[in-house]
Amino acid sequence: MRSASLRSIYPAPGGFDPRVLKREFPIFASNPDLVFLDSGASAQKPRSVIDRVSNYYSTDYANVHRGIYRLSARSTELFEEAREKMRAFLNAADPREIVFVRGATEGINLVAQSWGATFLKAGDEVVLSELEHHSNIVPWQLLRDRIGIRLIVAPIDATGGLDLAAFEALLSPRTRLVAMTHLANATGALVPIETVTRLARRRGAKMLIDGCQAAPRLDVDVQALDCDFYVFSGHKTYGPTGIGVLYGRYETLSAMPPWQGGGEMILNVTFEKSEFQDPPHRFEAGTPDISGAIGLGTAIDFIEELGRDNILEHEDALTGYGVDRLSRIPGLRLVEAGQRRLGILSFDLEGVHAHDLAQVLDQHHVAVRAGHHCAQPLVEKLGLAATTRASLGVYNDEGDIDALAAALEAAQEMFAR
Amino acid sequence: MMDLRELYQDIILDHGRHPRNFRAIEHPTHLAQGHNPLCGDRVTVYLTLDGDHIADVSFQGRGCAISTAAASLMTEVLKGKTIAEARALFAHFHARATGGKPTQELPEPLAEEMDRLEPLTGVKAYPARVKCATLSWHALEAALKGGSDTTVKTE
Repeated sequence: MRSASLRSIYPAPGGFDPRVLKREFPIFASNPDLVFLDSGASAQKPRSVIDRVSNYYSTDYANVHRGIYRLSARSTELFEEAREKMRAFLNAADPREIVFVRGATEGINLVAQSWGATFLKAGDEVVLSELEHHSNIVPWQLLRDRIGIRLIVAPIDATGGLDLAAFEALLSPRTRLVAMTHLANATGALVPIETVTRLARRRGAKMLIDGCQAAPRLDVDVQALDCDFYVFSGHKTYGPTGIGVLYGRYETLSAMPPWQGGGEMILNVTFEKSEFQDPPHRFEAGTPDISGAIGLGTAIDFIEELGRDNILEHEDALTGYGVDRLSRIPGLRLVEAGQRRLGILSFDLEGVHAHDLAQVLDQHHVAVRAGHHCAQPLVEKLGLAATTRASLGVYNDEGDIDALAAALEAAQEMFAR
Repeated sequence: MMDLRELYQDIILDHGRHPRNFRAIEHPTHLAQGHNPLCGDRVTVYLTLDGDHIADVSFQGRGCAISTAAASLMTEVLKGKTIAEARALFAHFHARATGGKPTQELPEPLAEEMDRLEPLTGVKAYPARVKCATLSWHALEAALKGGSDTTVKTE
């Protein structure tokens, strides 16, 4: 269901041309030399998203869920339409299973503080993996320090992928939750999340999936996965900052207490007692990021118009090209990413520290991330202090990889002198 | 934009690759760790004071070319200085590295040492890298203040 205006920019049937697609992203017009390879940190925004947010404020803006006047009703309708788009995007059964949050980080903190603090007790086990970034580690540590749960960390194997056998062996009758990334942000390792979820569920544990890197690249079906929670951030999915999604199975959300109090989440308030709304509004205290949600809805439209199969095909092909091209650079070690690497190329260049490297790359207009990628335990496990990470988006093409490779060779030359 | 070769001058690449005084001191009188949480760089600065003179100073750690060269050059210029001279050099260096003006002139022998640090002040054109050049100095300051077990963080 591509719109007429967008159809003309996809010359290849079933595919798309990133060079043409770049024109849909105004950042590249403002920065013509930019080689943007940091979408894993945050993706650039298509014109449609930028315009939608701006138009919403110009034509439809009012607070949601409270005004009787028509403008507020329209704003509410747009906000709830955006929720329905998130439902369809994740193939959730019901839009009431979609909670708007600030981002994946807030979604995980919500689950830890509401579900975790209510249903877990001292000695219960939460299983994570070594592939997690800080957002899926620290909320559980805070909960551990509060109520005494145990955190169990499933290791990676020699190839850099999740060690499934070791993971399975760590599950026990005390395992109450498995919280794991779908796609590792620091290395690009794709986790066999279907299997992980099946094993967790078979043990009677709940399953939370961190979809920050997966949502922009993969077709996600929470019903097929049969997970209890799925989180992703809008800004990594071509949407605005400050908005994200927590999917929760309705019966699970219904049993959870509010985690923040305020307007919007209540039915009735007296100074003695308040009654709370049903999900999702129970978890959306205060005025939400309305324009963010509507803008994210437009970003999801953009992704669906491109086609998630096409995006995956594009990222797979470009990841393969990147592995191929970077492997030809002497002294470059691609960080292991298990059986399947997707959308992210993390590497170490012999003799050049990641920060010095990123500095030289910037001189060549190549934007990458250098450091521990908010996944310090993983980077240290890999025997590195820091890596340089190139992460892909729909607008990247082979020319961007070639520019990266040329800049890497220039850096090598500079530091070898 | 400034040419990167002005940031990565030969002396910086040399000290970055072959840091001087890159060793632990077994029984230092003062010691502190510097940690840059942004990039994970860590440095430990060891000091042996003899009265108010720096009899020996060394460092260990891991970091980028800038932070390694900065620590290496720091240990070279500090050996034999008094604590007051070390602080005057840091104040001067910090001002120059952040693009500011030093508040006081350095006396002649110290001014020469400052000349040796001059290549590192190229970081002023790259605000994100200032902390690389000053991490070891902050650790030194903490060691002088705190004695034998301190960690400082740059942010």
